[in-house]
Amino acid sequence: MKRIEILKTYKIYIGGKFPRTESGRYYKVKNKNGELLANMCQCSRKDVRESVVAARKAFGEWNTKSAFNRSQILYRIAEMLESRKAQFTEELQKQGSSKKQAEEEVIKSIECLVYYSGWCDKYQQIFSSVNPVASSHFNFSVPEPTGVVGIIANENAALLGVVYSMAPVIAGGNTCVLLASESKPLCAVSFAEVLHSSDVPGGVINILTGFKKELLEPVASHLDVNALVYYGNNPQEITAIKELAALNVKRIFTYSDVKEESPYNILDVQEIKTTWHPIENIGSSGGGY
Amino acid sequence: MKKTTNTLLPISSPTVDQVGVEERCAKFTSRSIKTETKIQGLKMVLSMIDLTTLEGADTPGKVKQLCYKAMHPHDAVSDLPTTAAVCVYPSMVKVAKKELEGSGVKVAAVSTAFPSGQAPLNVKIADTKFALDQGADEIDMVISRGKFLCGEYQFVFDEIAKIKELCGNIRLKVILETGELGSLDDVRKASDIALYAGADFIKTSTGKISPAATMPVTLVMLEAIKDFYFKTNKMRGMKPAGGISTAKSALHYLVMVKETLGEEWLTNEWFRFGASRLANDVLMQIVKQKTGIYHSVDYFSKD
Repeated sequence: MKRIEILKTYKIYIGGKFPRTESGRYYKVKNKNGELLANMCQCSRKDVRESVVAARKAFGEWNTKSAFNRSQILYRIAEMLESRKAQFTEELQKQGSSKKQAEEEVIKSIECLVYYSGWCDKYQQIFSSVNPVASSHFNFSVPEPTGVVGIIANENAALLGVVYSMAPVIAGGNTCVLLASESKPLCAVSFAEVLHSSDVPGGVINILTGFKKELLEPVASHLDVNALVYYGNNPQEITAIKELAALNVKRIFTYSDVKEESPYNILDVQEIKTTWHPIENIGSSGGGY
Repeated sequence: MKKTTNTLLPISSPTVDQVGVEERCAKFTSRSIKTETKIQGLKMVLSMIDLTTLEGADTPGKVKQLCYKAMHPHDAVSDLPTTAAVCVYPSMVKVAKKELEGSGVKVAAVSTAFPSGQAPLNVKIADTKFALDQGADEIDMVISRGKFLCGEYQFVFDEIAKIKELCGNIRLKVILETGELGSLDDVRKASDIALYAGADFIKTSTGKISPAATMPVTLVMLEAIKDFYFKTNKMRGMKPAGGISTAKSALHYLVMVKETLGEEWLTNEWFRFGASRLANDVLMQIVKQKTGIYHSVDYFSKD
């Protein structure tokens, strides 16, 4: 007798839980030959709202963890992804990648996590400065996380698009709401399962699936979202994002493709904070800043 | 000491069907409240809030800030109501009273050795007298849960009656601290004792114990108020306090009041929320309804 395959219900990831969309809607994701791969949650603005609330709640805990601990957790995500290489390779193939491409994408994703794991407690030194000022102050600038970041993931890179966009954001102590690729969302949801088993506190990363047309607006206009990173090159979407983001002067970054690993990706969603610390006048001794 | 007039427990409380209560509560959360109705509901919630600060760290400055918030919840939106009252410790009543002068916002003072209620009656009386002398408009007393759990219901009854006698026309809210009572049967029993002993309001919790206000507990207390009304033809108020922090859940409570007691109770004369965080969430939802944009707590005053 032929065994009936047990198919996975792809759900969304909010606040460390896997709910269905509150709207109860779904859309069909098909492969190149038009065969059904999965029914995906078609999220609504209310799911966006729930995710932002979860991300805001998680921000305090994630931001105040030691940089070293964040680094350990990112490394743990890499470990978990490594152990599920086969699953992701298969899922990428289902969505149209060749075996070789799929394997490469998974390995690059794992290495990306290790890369940003290393940067967690190092970017601060690189981007901080002690500034010369013409008064009796010790003046220094340090990067601090922006807060809740909205990420619109790359449409074509099913796994890489998620990992490359998310890793630098959380490495810097931010929390995020990520809209997965509309046509290739399977890996994003499976990646949520990896996150879930990696000591990442619930709410640090929230992953939604659905239509960009519908979800861009609530993410871009939400006043509790502090920055947006958009991967894609649809001029209408970019204009819409920029207009809506102006409401609370969000930081916006738009990239047409997945961005290569770089500590500057962490810096994108950091704010530079400067401190003026009064000191005695030591200029006359020749040793002051 | 003068004997109080109600010396007998006139009541035998009915038992409570816990499963039934929970099912009924689940129904209240499934009502669809949209657009204008929602705005009206949210404003009603705002007008029913007893803005509360009951911390050891309370200072006159903090109380003044809270009073300002009660009078001016969010000046960016016109036509907002004030909150119903501010709720403070007796030592802060004078400060609050001065700040709120002429605004119509009442000052509620917790008393009778809040929050534990573990003090002799003369201390509780002195505590209440002090709050009244300072000018409190409402008194929130706690019952002696220890005595209640020992089965000394008459003691609890007499204590409430005595404090009510002191209060006279000042409205008395009786805090049952349902999180310490154990069962819904006990919640019902304590509600009945409080109502027959002279409480104007019954209130779920101090906010110091978890769980604080929950929907099942509130429903049981509302049912007690309903039965009391049918028996005596007197209206009594209800105040869930603690743990209600979202506008959505506050609306669920309003649905419950309307469907259990009726519209007459949907005013801040008969229904209150004891809360501090709730106010900002309600304001955020009001602004969301008006602008269509999800808001951030960054744009509202902290309290």
